[in-house]
Amino acid sequence: MSLVNNIKKSIWAENAVFRLLLGLCPALAVTTSAENGLGMGLATTFVLVCSNIVVSSLRKVIPPKVRIPSFIVVIASFVTIVQLCMEAYFYDLHKALGIFIPLIVVNCLILGRAEAFASKNKLLPAVVDGVGMGIGFTLALFVLGAVRELFGSGTLLGYSVFGEGFQPLLLMILPPGAFIAMGLLLAGMNLFDARKK
Amino acid sequence: MSQLYLSSSPHVHSGETTSAVMRAVIYSLIPACLVAVYFFGPSALSVLLIATLGCLATEAVCQRLMRQPVTISDGSAAITGILLALNLPPTCPWWMTLLGAVIAIAVGKQVYGGLGANPFNPALVARVVLLISFPVQMTTWSKPAPIGSGLDLVTTATPLGEWKNAVMLTGKMPEAASGSTINYLLGNMPGCVGEVSALALLLGAAYLFYRKILTWHIPVTFVGTVVVLSGIFWLVNPAKYPDPIFHLLTGGLVLGAFYMATDMVTTPVSPKGMLIFGVGCGVLTVLIRLFGGYPEGVSFAILLMNAATPLIDRYTRPKIFGALKAEGAK
Repeated sequence: MSLVNNIKKSIWAENAVFRLLLGLCPALAVTTSAENGLGMGLATTFVLVCSNIVVSSLRKVIPPKVRIPSFIVVIASFVTIVQLCMEAYFYDLHKALGIFIPLIVVNCLILGRAEAFASKNKLLPAVVDGVGMGIGFTLALFVLGAVRELFGSGTLLGYSVFGEGFQPLLLMILPPGAFIAMGLLLAGMNLFDARKK
Repeated sequence: MSQLYLSSSPHVHSGETTSAVMRAVIYSLIPACLVAVYFFGPSALSVLLIATLGCLATEAVCQRLMRQPVTISDGSAAITGILLALNLPPTCPWWMTLLGAVIAIAVGKQVYGGLGANPFNPALVARVVLLISFPVQMTTWSKPAPIGSGLDLVTTATPLGEWKNAVMLTGKMPEAASGSTINYLLGNMPGCVGEVSALALLLGAAYLFYRKILTWHIPVTFVGTVVVLSGIFWLVNPAKYPDPIFHLLTGGLVLGAFYMATDMVTTPVSPKGMLIFGVGCGVLTVLIRLFGGYPEGVSFAILLMNAATPLIDRYTRPKIFGALKAEGAK
């Protein structure tokens, strides 16, 4: 029961992007379309779950003084796996995400969960935490990407939504649009929470 | 004793209110609006009306949604609307103008908490959003067609755009400049609705100086820096760089220096800070015009300096009267 609650919590109340404001660099940089957001989210989720598993299993072996470098080595290994797989099987996505795939190594969400959760908890809770946080991150990137794609190119997952006459608001798929969309979505979530109380 | 009120200073009030200041600014913009309607006809009038009404409506809707008192009668939204219209090309389609108005008030002003809390000039935020989003429509200019001349609006380039294209292609000034200094001064050239007539804008600015709503610091340093800096480039290589008069009278420099860079909310408060602000705007404008990707840099320069305003204010904080110098500074 508490495991389900944990997942629920990490999707809304402790959402990585909109509540903890972690991992903003990829969240703002690659979400020019819903597809890119989804791809980035899934790649990060995979790395997060795997690194949580390894860090949690090794938590008694890793000396506290060198724990951060150890976590980074673990994370970097999985990122390399993701990068090579993506290059082999999803080449277009790999090209679109570019430098931001290797940069998953320094995504503070992953290091944050390793340090704050996985290194202090048993294997099962660590896996659940990774899955929950990953789903929350993926959803956030997908929504952000969908909003920006909708207004910035007039499409959703590549399908035209508004028809021919629509003039896309180019700004939304440029960097300033990422900040504006992010801020407005965050405000919307706050409004929703405030109304619910 | 119930009649005794205790309040903190100041006790003497000049009687000047926000709405009185805003009204004066609106009056001062009337000549520029009239010139725009004369040169660009009904399309300029419709841009002006849509932008102003759009801003007023957006302000009312935002404040209603946030359950705040609706303050559209103080005139600040109307000014944002007029300034936005003056910063748009006269051939701007209605939906773009309306979108600009919504962005100016909703994203540029109300999300920060309304009048007095916005870090960036709302009208310029909207202009830059539109410029980046719709580069084609926002840089489609038309030749002036004065009322009664029977001409239609014809698409062409602004003097600055013409110069930029020529320099990009050949590295030299265009052979025949499209206009004369007197035409630039009167506003008989392609450009934004309100930026074309330097004379009308200066007339309005003179009224604001007379009413002591404008101080000289920002406009003079802004314009002065542009003239000096562009003058240096012109003296070094007159075959490539245009002379300072051209810089002064074409593009949005006068509109920007007197109306956009002097917004009380988004510029430094102390005279020293204003001088820094003006010089910064001038340097950035010349750099963008001569070396940047866009032909015109006034709006970007002002927005960048808006972002630096808190820093400038901090750096130029006046010394409190009677305060001692910090002792023992190592």
